[in-house]
Amino acid sequence: MNLYLWLIPILPLAGFLINGLLGKRLPKALVSTVALLMPFAAFSLVARAAMLVWPGNTSGSLAIALPYSETLGSWINAGSFHLDFTLALDQLTLVMLLVITGVGFLIHLYSVGYMSHEEGYWRYFSYLNLFLFFMLVLVLAGNYLLMFVGWEGVGLASYLLIGFYYEKKSAADAGKKAFVVNRIGDFGFLLGMFLLLSQFGTLSFSEIGTALAAQPALQGGILTAIALCLVVGACGKSAQIPLYIWLPDAMEGPTPVSALIHAATMVTAGVYMISRTHGIFDRSPFALAVVAIIGAATAFFAATVGLVQTDIKRVLAYSTISQLGYMFLGCGVAAYSAAVFHLMTHAFFKALLFLAAGSVIHGLNGEQNLLKMGGLRKQMPVTFWTMTIGVFAIAGFPPLAAFFSKDAILYEAFQHGSLGKALYFVGIVTALLTSFYMFRLWYLTFFGESRAENHGDHHHHAHESPWSMLTPLVILALLSFVGGWIGIEKFGGFLSPVVGPVLSPAELPGGTTLDYILSGVAVLVAVIGLGIAHLFYGSKNDRAANLAASASGPYKLLVDKYGIDELYGAVIVKPLLLASQYLLGWIGEGVLVRGSAWLLAGTATLTGEFLRRWQSGNLRSYSAWLAAGAAVLLLATLFFASRVAPGFDPNHVLMLHINSNAAVR
Amino acid sequence: MHVPSSWYLILSALLFTLGVVGFLIKRSLITVFMSIELMLNAVNLSFVTFAHEWHAVKGQIFVFFVMMVAAAEAAVGLAIIIAIFRARGTLNVDQIDLMKL
Repeated sequence: MNLYLWLIPILPLAGFLINGLLGKRLPKALVSTVALLMPFAAFSLVARAAMLVWPGNTSGSLAIALPYSETLGSWINAGSFHLDFTLALDQLTLVMLLVITGVGFLIHLYSVGYMSHEEGYWRYFSYLNLFLFFMLVLVLAGNYLLMFVGWEGVGLASYLLIGFYYEKKSAADAGKKAFVVNRIGDFGFLLGMFLLLSQFGTLSFSEIGTALAAQPALQGGILTAIALCLVVGACGKSAQIPLYIWLPDAMEGPTPVSALIHAATMVTAGVYMISRTHGIFDRSPFALAVVAIIGAATAFFAATVGLVQTDIKRVLAYSTISQLGYMFLGCGVAAYSAAVFHLMTHAFFKALLFLAAGSVIHGLNGEQNLLKMGGLRKQMPVTFWTMTIGVFAIAGFPPLAAFFSKDAILYEAFQHGSLGKALYFVGIVTALLTSFYMFRLWYLTFFGESRAENHGDHHHHAHESPWSMLTPLVILALLSFVGGWIGIEKFGGFLSPVVGPVLSPAELPGGTTLDYILSGVAVLVAVIGLGIAHLFYGSKNDRAANLAASASGPYKLLVDKYGIDELYGAVIVKPLLLASQYLLGWIGEGVLVRGSAWLLAGTATLTGEFLRRWQSGNLRSYSAWLAAGAAVLLLATLFFASRVAPGFDPNHVLMLHINSNAAVR
Repeated sequence: MHVPSSWYLILSALLFTLGVVGFLIKRSLITVFMSIELMLNAVNLSFVTFAHEWHAVKGQIFVFFVMMVAAAEAAVGLAIIIAIFRARGTLNVDQIDLMKL
């Protein structure tokens, strides 16, 4: 039985090629059909694969055992180093594939409505399909190098889509920023790969796994170095401290792009990568601690910035960074299945939130400022209800999705020694902040009076979105509702062949009671967040403004996002620019490039000036030089020939020999 | 009387030098042309000398080749000289300098 894994990424690639090459001339309906068909076909293939490999499926020859891999051909053969185009499917990849193609297809569907009035409709969809192709390559890859191809490719697609409105300078700049910051992460990834290659001599996941298993004594040291390099890569892609700065700016792209790339799929690549290489991380407690601390710090930090943002998409962007921090925290306490569980539920509810926000923005003709919204509950009922589910889900209310996944991460963090307990505390405070800022967004958008500037006109325009946009919202709302019901035990059990077993509360200190207490605390915190948000924003009052005024220092710090962008600008970008300008510009370009050019040209000119006097045009001068040259050659032969060719004596050829001959005669 | 080979060779060198000098200092194209012929024949003389000295007939055959080329060259060269004279009205080599920059 063949799973045709190679078809899964190739289909979106075909969509990209068709729309990218011909889309300009094709009618819109055909462009959308191609763009929707390809992800849907890919999703069908993934669903088929999922059914074939399902643990319960024992229907004879149809069942396929995981891990399953397809080798499409040889890629690199250099000495002892071999690399194939290998696509591999295991439980972790399967979860990722389902999320990417499933959520990806829904967002494609939504985009048909959202982008219908845009210029470059075909361009948008070809980029979106290209993104899916690279993302699928990333998760299907059976070795690091192929994964890196996907890793770079999603960065490219992300750059193209952030800069989709390339005529807007801020969008073009944001695209560049995302790309450059990602390059820093990629650098770490590359170094990690080189170290892996020098240590294991292979880049294949399975071979490295075998090599690790064969050396149980190998701990820390080189593995810590590899893991830390990979963490740099993961931080770049997954927008963690210190490389998170590109994600808020990435909101310049169209909203469905933010939902697909910058919330549901691409930014989770770092989490996927750490889970995929957990064999190395497990051997290096230091690297794991680094991951956990980065995750917790990012979660808390981004949540505080999210408290005061007024742009609806930026609130969601900071909340994405914060949630990714949770996933890193999960990875850092070796709770990979909990991290992937949260990755999945996050894909559902964050895609939902972004798409709902996009629906709001679409309904308000591009308005993104929360302070100019309000009262949309009645005008956009479907958007309101679906977003409500999303908000309650992310805040961690049971029985919605994030309650289960976030709870799993926090519980495992709590069980992870004293560092884990400290990080648990950070996580629970972050959950409080999350709940508060999400309900703030909710109240500001949907409740109270409309705060649009031109009141009547605005009311006229605020409208519910078309069904092509609402259908994905409803489906995602459903998934956000029930997505967590599978529970961490079952989900972790499913993933355990890949990432190791999940903790069982019953066998740990504290038992199931502790689990319930921690869940209770999480719910309590979410309710408190709702309460505070209600107090500040539930009705028209000045409490929020008063608080901001009374604590203007911290408030300003948050509004300025701690000035990190400015700090990086002053500490890294400015010196780099100056160095480029002066060091490279003056010394590099001025002295070396221009200098050498001048030197070459000058030498040629001077020599020419001198030599051209030779070409007098005078026949007799030419012949004199000819004769002189011949004479010099002859003399040279006379003097040097015996040295160059031993045994050759010019005198032999000339007089002396003849004279002696004559004498003999 | 037996004349040593070196005498022939010395004569050949003298003739050749004479040709070179004539080639360099004479202004008339005709004289320059004749100097070339002189150089060729000087070389012919040394060919014959060596051929005689080493009892090798190749040298003498080569002389025939040189004479043949010289004859052909004389025909073409004279034609060119006549053409130049018709075109420019002079045979002074210092005035035939169209190739000058």
